[in-house]
Amino acid sequence: MSVDIEFLKTIPYFQGLGLAELEAIKRFVFEKSFDANEFIVEEGDPGEALYFVVSGVVKAFKTSAEGKEQILRLIRPGESFNDVPVFDGEPNVASAAAMGPVVLYGIRKSDVGIILRDHPQVAANVVKVLAGRVRHFTSLVEDLSFRNVLGRVAKLLLEYAENGTGLERPHLTQQDMAAMIGTAREMVGRSLKALEEKGAIRIDRHRIVLTDKKALRETAGELL
Amino acid sequence: MAQMPEIIRELCNGCGLCITVCSCKGLVLIDNVAVVIETVECDYCTECEAVCPTGAIRCPYEIVVEEG
Repeated sequence: MSVDIEFLKTIPYFQGLGLAELEAIKRFVFEKSFDANEFIVEEGDPGEALYFVVSGVVKAFKTSAEGKEQILRLIRPGESFNDVPVFDGEPNVASAAAMGPVVLYGIRKSDVGIILRDHPQVAANVVKVLAGRVRHFTSLVEDLSFRNVLGRVAKLLLEYAENGTGLERPHLTQQDMAAMIGTAREMVGRSLKALEEKGAIRIDRHRIVLTDKKALRETAGELL
Repeated sequence: MAQMPEIIRELCNGCGLCITVCSCKGLVLIDNVAVVIETVECDYCTECEAVCPTGAIRCPYEIVVEEG
């Protein structure tokens, strides 16, 4: 296996670095592959490495005592996960699993420390990435607190259709959608039917076609 | 070929609930594991996924914006 410098350039943590710096970082990077549905890290385990998705999509999620899953975020190519335990030294806050075949780049926790020390630009980039992460989770808390399920489904569909292409945008089951917006699968099914009756979407077998984005935005509470 | 429900074999416990709800006879048990039979009758109702107690059946949707 050889680590691709061109890919390293696309990772937000390594933006603005020169070729020499990327070459220096490259020697700390290892590659790992996972099959669909395979666990990559488990909540509560020590955070041993920082990971970047090279291809495929990873879901970061928490599971309740009753086995209910809440997806915290989907991690697409170039994005990182397992940052929090690597940076604060505490156990993993969430589990991560492959949503399809996945290839990752990893950097061991001790090597992350060396990189941050030797390349201050990376530290500045990390601050920016983690600030973006806070924005994402603030939006999630807002959704769970203030939006009804129909509004959350509408928002999810809009975000999903407009974000990424191909492998970066995995196909979602009703269970996946429920776990992403913090509700039960049955509620997602009902919401999809309601949105179809409104004319906002059309369900063509395994394809959800967004036919009226304005109606979806209204339902999501974004045009009020 | 039309998109059909997907089975994660390792998660299937062979309970057969999916087969009881499938109106198109699109699923069978082979060696105690549910197997999808490709059939034009399947209308992707997703009932098999809904009743599966182990999460072994997935009916994924592609989400797209209507062109034009």
